[in-house]
Amino acid sequence: MLIWLLLVPVLAAVLMPVAEGWRRDGSRWLSLVALGLQALLLLPLGSDGGTWWLESRTDWLPLLGIGWHLGLDGLSYLLLWLTVALGIVSVLISWREIRQRVAFFHCNLLLSVAGIVGVFLALDLFLFFVFWELMLIPMVLLIAIWGHDNRHYAATKFFIFTQASSLLMLIAILGLAFAHRAQTGVISFDRDDLLQLQLSPVLAHWLMLGFFVAFAVKLPMVPLHTWLPDAHTEAPTAGSVMLAAILLKTGAYGLLRFSLPLFPEASAAFAPVAMTLGVLGILYGAKLAFAQHDMKRLVAYTSVSHMGFVLLGIYALNGMALQGAVMQMLAHGFSTAALFIVVGMLYERWHTRDLRQLGGLWTRLPRLSGFTMLFALASLGLPGLANFVAEFLILAGAFQRTWPLTAVAALGLVGAALYSLLLVQRSLWGAAKPAAGAPDCSRREWLVLGALALALVWFGLHPQPVLELVREPLLRVLDAPLAHSGVELSSSWLSLRGRGL
Amino acid sequence: MGAWLAWIPLLPLLSSLTLLLLGRRLDERGAALFGVGSVALAALLSLVAILLFVVSDGTAWGGQALSWFSALGLEVGFSLYFDGLTAVMVGVITGVGLLIHLYSVAYMSGDDGFARFFAYLNLFVAMMLILVLAGDFLLLYLGWEGVGLCSFLLIGFWYRVPENGYAARKAFVVTRVGDVALALGLLILVQQFGTLLIQDSVGQAQLLWADSDWPFWVALLLLGGAVGKSAQLPLQTWLPDAMAGPTPVSALIHAATMVTAGVYLIARTQGIFLLAPDVLQLVQLVGGLTLFLAACSALVQQDLKRILAYSTISQIGYMFFALGAGAFSAAVFHLMTHAFFKALLFLAAGQVILSLHHEQDIRRMGGLLRPMPFSALCFAIGCAALAALPFTSGFYSKDAILLQAYAHGGAGIAWWLALAGAGVTALYSLRLFVRLFLGECHTAPTPDNRWPMRWPLALLCLLALFGALIPQPLSDVFVSVPAGEQHVSWAVHLAVLLMPWLGLALGLWLLLRGEDLRRRFAGGILARVWRTGWGFDALYNALLVQPLSLLARLNRRDLLDLPVGFLAWLSRTCHQGLSRLQNGRLRQYVAGIVWGALLVLAVVL
Amino acid sequence: MTEIPVEHGLLFAAALFCIGLVGVLVRRNLVFMLMSLELMLNATAFVFVLGGALHGNADGQVMFVMILTLAAAEVAVGLALVVHLYHRHRSLDADRLDVMKG
Repeated sequence: MLIWLLLVPVLAAVLMPVAEGWRRDGSRWLSLVALGLQALLLLPLGSDGGTWWLESRTDWLPLLGIGWHLGLDGLSYLLLWLTVALGIVSVLISWREIRQRVAFFHCNLLLSVAGIVGVFLALDLFLFFVFWELMLIPMVLLIAIWGHDNRHYAATKFFIFTQASSLLMLIAILGLAFAHRAQTGVISFDRDDLLQLQLSPVLAHWLMLGFFVAFAVKLPMVPLHTWLPDAHTEAPTAGSVMLAAILLKTGAYGLLRFSLPLFPEASAAFAPVAMTLGVLGILYGAKLAFAQHDMKRLVAYTSVSHMGFVLLGIYALNGMALQGAVMQMLAHGFSTAALFIVVGMLYERWHTRDLRQLGGLWTRLPRLSGFTMLFALASLGLPGLANFVAEFLILAGAFQRTWPLTAVAALGLVGAALYSLLLVQRSLWGAAKPAAGAPDCSRREWLVLGALALALVWFGLHPQPVLELVREPLLRVLDAPLAHSGVELSSSWLSLRGRGL
Repeated sequence: MGAWLAWIPLLPLLSSLTLLLLGRRLDERGAALFGVGSVALAALLSLVAILLFVVSDGTAWGGQALSWFSALGLEVGFSLYFDGLTAVMVGVITGVGLLIHLYSVAYMSGDDGFARFFAYLNLFVAMMLILVLAGDFLLLYLGWEGVGLCSFLLIGFWYRVPENGYAARKAFVVTRVGDVALALGLLILVQQFGTLLIQDSVGQAQLLWADSDWPFWVALLLLGGAVGKSAQLPLQTWLPDAMAGPTPVSALIHAATMVTAGVYLIARTQGIFLLAPDVLQLVQLVGGLTLFLAACSALVQQDLKRILAYSTISQIGYMFFALGAGAFSAAVFHLMTHAFFKALLFLAAGQVILSLHHEQDIRRMGGLLRPMPFSALCFAIGCAALAALPFTSGFYSKDAILLQAYAHGGAGIAWWLALAGAGVTALYSLRLFVRLFLGECHTAPTPDNRWPMRWPLALLCLLALFGALIPQPLSDVFVSVPAGEQHVSWAVHLAVLLMPWLGLALGLWLLLRGEDLRRRFAGGILARVWRTGWGFDALYNALLVQPLSLLARLNRRDLLDLPVGFLAWLSRTCHQGLSRLQNGRLRQYVAGIVWGALLVLAVVL
Repeated sequence: MTEIPVEHGLLFAAALFCIGLVGVLVRRNLVFMLMSLELMLNATAFVFVLGGALHGNADGQVMFVMILTLAAAEVAVGLALVVHLYHRHRSLDADRLDVMKG
């Protein structure tokens, strides 16, 4: 079952050339079919009360303790849906934008999806690392081949950043595996085994840092964020969507799935630093977004700001904030992807993303402008839209840990208002600058934007399904040290849990 | 009472959605039908609710329509709460709102954004109703931000003019600063009580916070939100600029309803504020200062709508002053009467502006009494109520504020400011009326005889005159603050009664005799400072806006990228340096070997 | 028979090596560079013979024969390359052949 979730996109990717030979849009339709199949596979799944809804474990390299261990719980389920949904969106929005090497484009897209699905399912750290790398390479190709003018620079930068940081993670993974051998005599990469480890605080601290850096680069966290604006700006729209909506989430997912459960004490000790960095990201991203002329770059920096909230929420280490962080992952996935799509549509029409050359779009494209307004409002955290619930929960959770930091983070809301409304004002309002005659939303564009808008409103007014889905997995994240180790827990850790629940 | 109350905000909300989605396909008649009809229905429902409430002897009703979300440690529902305060607010919003909607049909007719206008206006009414009906702080916050959004959209309604965009953004961002404070206040409540239900948390606060610091902080933060939304010091700068929106918007949002949301918030959380007497004093001081400073600014403005805007700030200052003094019901009373007469003034101003082809500068007005007698009548009534002349509605409410405030706390500095403000208010009301309607006529106005615009005005005239007769079922809402020992002597009564007349007399004297003085004053530095709203804009510009945008400009390329760029540069430079060594000259290679060998030898030996 | 001191032999070898080295460094003609290279090889080979004689061991002479064959092979290949280069570039100036760098 789980293996099919992985195999479907891979098979489809392999079959791309065949589909292209079949008819002109064959590869696009094949991608849609593959992603649709994945959705169908996901649809009937549900919790049976255990830790994992589904789990599969096969030996892979038993000599090295590497297993093919996949597991699905509410958290991965949610993120898989996000992946599939935004994957479909990515295919749809590339319909007119991508005209060269179409089959290869979709091949990369689906391979990247496969890698991401693997990341969200893998429970063996070695396997996780393999998928982590697998999702990266097609993404780099997407940027390097179909990107804008400065694409090679951006792709290289993206590659080096993620590669260097995942090297640290690899070292940390190996460190864990050897620590396991030192304690039990058997080498193992399995998450379940590694959870039982009792590490010395110093070792745990360093290994935790290895994981943290890899995930923080992906997140991205200031000051390791500088690959993101370039990669986002130069990537084709579908690439930006995939990056923003899904790839960044793998960082947060990694923190939740591995970093926190494997190193609970080290993470709790590190939390103040991480929260400070998160707040820094919120404000710094907002400030940079405010200064940009390039619309896409502006949206990219808002990502930095929004993901700062995620970091803050995760390291607040209580139920409310964690739920908020996951909600923010979802909301940011929708709102930022939608803004990137809007920018892509504008670029398709006028071949510019410069806010100084845009303006008065409400006169030219009232429908698209209405959507843009909605997405900008979501991005500034207007209540009633998904981002608000997320940000409020994060702030409420973080407030229980540290009120001064939270007060500073709340200033990010002012920053969000500044950059979002600036975007609205400079692109939608004012005298109409771009030439008239460009068509308003086509039916396909309407479908995509309408779906995203609906999702934002729906989850803004009824976020309960999301919160329910991730409640158990997140409680386990907080519970990890209780369930898996017999050691006496520091009282501070317990009190953290107690307050959040 | 019951969950059907939810339909009061839902009706305008649905109509707004319809207009947003289908607006382009509807003609003006259809759009107006939706826009006005939904508010009319909401008003009808509110009327039913208010009547039911009165019939049931004023028992408050609270209930939850639907759950919003329940996270680990926080549950939030779409809960509603209806008591006397809600009744007053709902009545004002739907009543005045309906009249303004009717007026707007004529006012906006012919504008290419007609449907969009009513969509926004309906959305505003819906959000405002959610704000006052909310039984949960987070739902209140939704309405709170929602009205801010509508304010933003409507200030920038004529979006092609860049200045409108700036004014809209300024309004939203400045109020957002207040909103952040409000949000932080809510976070404290979540942390302390684990609930955001208004009645629960206020009740718990009274039980548990008898002597702790929390009420101080919560009240202070709530006050932060209130001053942002209600344009009080120090966040008052956005309101005068907000006049860029269409005039009915100014009437509805920036005079009658939204800007009084801060007053509502403080009145609603009275229980917390009473625990924090320091903050309550601060509220009074903020109100007193604001009402006086804004009244002075209103005195020297040249733009008709800016006069009214500063006047609004000043009148809300009175409400804050009353709240701070403990005269809660007087504040809400003034909120209602102010909604009547200020809406009347704005709508009448709209009529004048429309007749003068969008002229707003009062220096180019004058002598309009003869061509526009109806507008003159409206202005006369509105100004009289604003100046609190006897037997108008404004008279009763302002009297109540000043006397009750005196009874509670005696004559502090804020009280004297409020008293003086009453005189200045009368003065600028007189100036406004005289500048518009007396003197020589400079322009050729089109007649103001559009009936669809006239009869909402006529109704508002009646309300401005007799609105004080509407009873307010507030006795159960507010804990009566024990009156101080201050005996309200006849001298205080007389002073309060005479102050507006004093202002009028001064005005008349200046008008008839003080030509010279007026001119000298108008050219003076004080007038210039007042005209710019005491220089707050310049101050914030220099302290916040300029440094921030400078910082943003300097760091547009992201300085944190430099270390990364340096690494890339370093490796590229090394590469170039090393590749220069490989030049293909065989003999140099050999020389390199020799020197290397010699070096090794030297080291070894 | 008077023994020749080992030092003399070594000095001679070093002198020979240096002559060869200087030749490689200063000559620009590839043929002369090859000849100088031969000189250096022979200097090395001479040290082997010297060492063999000193220790009364035949290995030194074996190495000498070995180096001799190697040098012959090297010169054969080298000269072939030189001829080929001359065909190509009409020059045997080592400095003008720097186009061959990687």
